[in-house]
Amino acid sequence: MVRLISLLVGAGFVFVLALALFFTAKDAIQNPAPHTAEHAFHQHPENIHLSSAGFFGKFDREQVQRGFQVYKEVCAACHSLKYVAFRDLQKIGYSEAEVKAIANQWVIEQPSVNPETGEVATRKNLPSDHFPSPFANEVAARAANNNALPPDLSLMTKAREDGSNYVHALLMGYRDQPAELLREFPDAKTPDGLHYNPYFANLNIAMPPPITSDGQVTYTDGTKATKDQMARDVAAFLTWTAEPNLEARHAAGVAAIIFLLIFVYLTWGAYQNVWRNVKH
Amino acid sequence: MSFPWAKHYEPKQPLMRWMDEKLPLPRLVYNAIGAGYPVPRNLNYFWNFGVLAGLALVVQIVTGVVLAMHYAANAGVAFGSVESIMRDVNAGWFLRYAHANGASMFLAVVYIHIGRGLYYGSYKAPREMVWLLGVVIFLLMMATAFMGYVLPWGQMSFWGAQVITGFFSAIPLVGETIRVWLLGGFAPDNAALNRFFSLHYLLPFVIAGVIILHIWALHIPGSNNPTGVDVKGEQDTVPFHPYYTAKDGVGVGAFFLVFAFFVFFSPNLLGHPDNYIEANPLSTPAHIVPEWYFLPFYAILKSFTADFILPAKLWGVLAMFGSILLLFFLPWLDSSPVRSANYRPTYRWFLAVLLIDVLVLGYVGGAEATARNVMMGQIAAGYYFAHFLIILPLVSAAERPRPLPNSITEAVLAKHGGTSPAQTAMAS
Repeated sequence: MVRLISLLVGAGFVFVLALALFFTAKDAIQNPAPHTAEHAFHQHPENIHLSSAGFFGKFDREQVQRGFQVYKEVCAACHSLKYVAFRDLQKIGYSEAEVKAIANQWVIEQPSVNPETGEVATRKNLPSDHFPSPFANEVAARAANNNALPPDLSLMTKAREDGSNYVHALLMGYRDQPAELLREFPDAKTPDGLHYNPYFANLNIAMPPPITSDGQVTYTDGTKATKDQMARDVAAFLTWTAEPNLEARHAAGVAAIIFLLIFVYLTWGAYQNVWRNVKH
Repeated sequence: MSFPWAKHYEPKQPLMRWMDEKLPLPRLVYNAIGAGYPVPRNLNYFWNFGVLAGLALVVQIVTGVVLAMHYAANAGVAFGSVESIMRDVNAGWFLRYAHANGASMFLAVVYIHIGRGLYYGSYKAPREMVWLLGVVIFLLMMATAFMGYVLPWGQMSFWGAQVITGFFSAIPLVGETIRVWLLGGFAPDNAALNRFFSLHYLLPFVIAGVIILHIWALHIPGSNNPTGVDVKGEQDTVPFHPYYTAKDGVGVGAFFLVFAFFVFFSPNLLGHPDNYIEANPLSTPAHIVPEWYFLPFYAILKSFTADFILPAKLWGVLAMFGSILLLFFLPWLDSSPVRSANYRPTYRWFLAVLLIDVLVLGYVGGAEATARNVMMGQIAAGYYFAHFLIILPLVSAAERPRPLPNSITEAVLAKHGGTSPAQTAMAS
């Protein structure tokens, strides 16, 4: 009885699936999927080989500091970094006094209240504060950016596929829309106010090119600030903001793997020893 | 509940004798996973995965309890509280990555454990109850994993919850009402997040309870083995301790090596980048996909694209739940008296096809819904149901199994070089 019901139920599911397969095939022949510009022109980022990648990867502190400088002077005008606190900067090599100064001199102040009147006010940043948002709220952010919302950058390199490479590729990826694209897809012309960038998912990004010329930032460590260098450095910085404990994780991982290899070796020996007289 | 030759617990120390009279807990452990449990001597490494699954549950409970001390189940702050665990809690990154990857490890180990049961016929008499309880554990695990994935309140958390609870709206007439009642609102929000957290904390302990029943039911007939032949005498078994505790030790080490690779070097490989974007009900991700361990079932759901008497969506939901529920009937669908597929020349080929089939479903579940992928999924889903509901009952009735060894010991000795039945009788 169970088997009879099972055959009927099985035949039922298979029949409905066969029906679905037939209609899918028919539909695919009658209305072939349109070839889209996103499909044809989207590009994957190339590897920038950050020092933090790989089993023994560590942050290049000078590079991360340069990246912070790029964030401070270029990105911070529009992008928040809300999960990172000023005090965290000590982990990339700034001293306590330097962090205090960076927080104190940060252009955007921390929202607060006037301690006497209770009115809304702002105050200077402290090392314990998180980076303040450049806009009071989403409406203000959109109003200032042609109705686009600049995303928070704290987790950007983990929130995109191949994030660290993506940030670099996106920053370097602005160009004129290729003529072949317009020839093949006349409807896919980049709308006014957007910018063509083959690394962005739908090819048209609202953010105007942020890194426009060599020397846009003057690095304090004397490194030549080419466009590519700045894009690399800020990608390294955002890799750190997304995963500040990466070095501790790698170090613990190497120790754990060594420990476990010894553990497996010893348990294997114990296993051989216990079973030496039993065929199995 | 064991073989007559099982060793008996005899406490020698006065304290242990006193304990045994008042509360024979050491006796229980001795008989369950100690020297008092005789186990077939020929188990291969696939028999490690039950212990590994239990261990994975312990890892999940320990890391989860500590994470719950720092996590805030409120839609306004949940995402931020996870970030504070990652950045400010001592070793918080380790706890969270161990818990998130631990879920994947748990499911991976359980899939191998289920596959082992399918191949060696562990679901057949007299172990039907072990199998049924196992399917219950699997269902509870799926529910727990799904609700856990919602807690970080990222984009995939939110939209995954939206899609999964949407299944209930496929029920005719009352579906939408049930969905709203389950969610505590019209869309996933604070009410849903809170109840998911509550249940996510509760269900692992229910799983632990069912595992106890699962092991209890197992100990009545004793463990199956790669030949599928019943234990005939003392020479066929060894005591669980020290023989299988030693062997499980090796398995545990290998398990943690793989686990450590993910936690320390690729902690986000199995996750989705979109879940590092905070939940936003106004922005739908381009591709909503579940975690890898649900992809085959998601592919089955998506394969039903045609209305036939019932709407396509309802077919999809019925089929997806049916694809797991049919496992409950497996012991009665397979009428072959032979357990191990090693001795089932036809059936083992179909099992190999099933393995590839499930991998194809997994691929389709995560891939873009192009016509090619959808059609591949429909064929694979068709085979999945055909395998269990049509092929298995027919093949098990028609198949001529290969000759079975007379005993476990004979099979073991044959493997170690030609032996005669006389030697078998003398071997111990």
